[in-house]
Amino acid sequence: MSETVKTKAPRNPLFSKKNKKLITDPLTDNNPVTIQVLGICSALAITVQVEQGVVMGGAVLFVLVLGNLIISLLRNLIPSRIRIIVQLVVVAALVIIVNEVLKAFLPDVSEKLSVFVGLIITNCIIMGRFEAFAMANKPWPSVMDAIGNGLGYAGLLILVAVFRELFGSGTLYGFPIFGDYIEGNGLYSLGYVNNNMMILPPMALIIVGVIIWVQRSRNKALIEEY
Amino acid sequence: MESTLDIFIKAIFSENMIFAYFLGMCSYLAVSKTVKTAVGLGAAVIFVLVVTVPVNYLLENYLLKEGALEWLNPDWGVNGASTIDLSFLSFIMFIAVVASIVQLVEMLVEKFAPALYGALGIFLPLIAVNCSILGGALFMQDRQYSTILDATAFSLGSGIGWFIAIVAIAAIREKIRYSNVPAPLRGLGITFIITGLMGIAFMSFSGIKYGKDEVKAKTVQSDDTNNINP
Repeated sequence: MSETVKTKAPRNPLFSKKNKKLITDPLTDNNPVTIQVLGICSALAITVQVEQGVVMGGAVLFVLVLGNLIISLLRNLIPSRIRIIVQLVVVAALVIIVNEVLKAFLPDVSEKLSVFVGLIITNCIIMGRFEAFAMANKPWPSVMDAIGNGLGYAGLLILVAVFRELFGSGTLYGFPIFGDYIEGNGLYSLGYVNNNMMILPPMALIIVGVIIWVQRSRNKALIEEY
Repeated sequence: MESTLDIFIKAIFSENMIFAYFLGMCSYLAVSKTVKTAVGLGAAVIFVLVVTVPVNYLLENYLLKEGALEWLNPDWGVNGASTIDLSFLSFIMFIAVVASIVQLVEMLVEKFAPALYGALGIFLPLIAVNCSILGGALFMQDRQYSTILDATAFSLGSGIGWFIAIVAIAAIREKIRYSNVPAPLRGLGITFIITGLMGIAFMSFSGIKYGKDEVKAKTVQSDDTNNINP
């Protein structure tokens, strides 16, 4: 990796405009979830609490950066007929590492995420970036691309989780915001009630739908023809 | 204890892959523009789920689970095999099984059923990376079904649930072309919101009561019938 960067550095600085664009684009106008429609599979089920969203976002970021780097380094060695299997093996190996680390250091979160950690393997963002970027680009831009897309994914996950946790259980990252629900103090003494609907799975879809709505009314270029 | 039929019905309705767990959303959103392609993909998902989940079930129970290698112990002269726990390998084993079975199925279908290949062919490679297939295997591992029959019933039910979901959304999307959706919501946005509303409708199925222990006092029915308490 370091060699490739060194030979490349004089011609193209590490944080050139092009490389920066690789990071910033997926955060807004080319967001993997809302625009490219990738990685929704595992994104929505785990956004009930911000903590799970942060852990999941971090896990995907880790897998995506290392995976993109590995695939990019191997890109000339992989026969194109079996590339899907090679990609799956690389992702699966990385996800096993993530899963074992989570089990060891964050057992509670690991319990809650249950099968969704394993489902990072088939997360379309990862396979999509491997296919679309890492197979055709040098390692350093691939890492940049991975960081951008990973952050775009994590950002959206956290945004959805903030809405769902705040209105669904009145907390943020586990800290009570509106007072204690059981003791009935704070906002609850005025008759405020948590919206239990927010905790249910369908609301995640509706929140993402609304985010897409807001984003596309701000940027008319993104509007689809049917 | 849940009967096999309970597991089957539960997998279709109250634990629907799309509406309760969002599995396979990528292809669900990408391939639901017309009913015809949706039916093709849905059928391919049912097919692959029914083939892969039982295979992964055998793998889980005779290779990966803690103590699963016990069959090596007396006959093969291996000592202490029952203490081996290979479950950390399950992700890589499951995905390898799924990817290779999809390839195998594709080749077999192409050779022996060209008509079916014409209908499903282009969808089969897509399915290797469909979350609902790996999700089926991981849920099977998580829930520890007691027999292979239960696991198969679960996979068939999940496949049918996925099929129903994608065909329904495709039909709605075909019709929604004729209505005046706000411009920024067109396409993706409205699909998300409709899926959410369909999910709310499907939540009403969670009122179905499964298993027989809790409802013994109610009308006693035959073994395979589940009681429905409104």
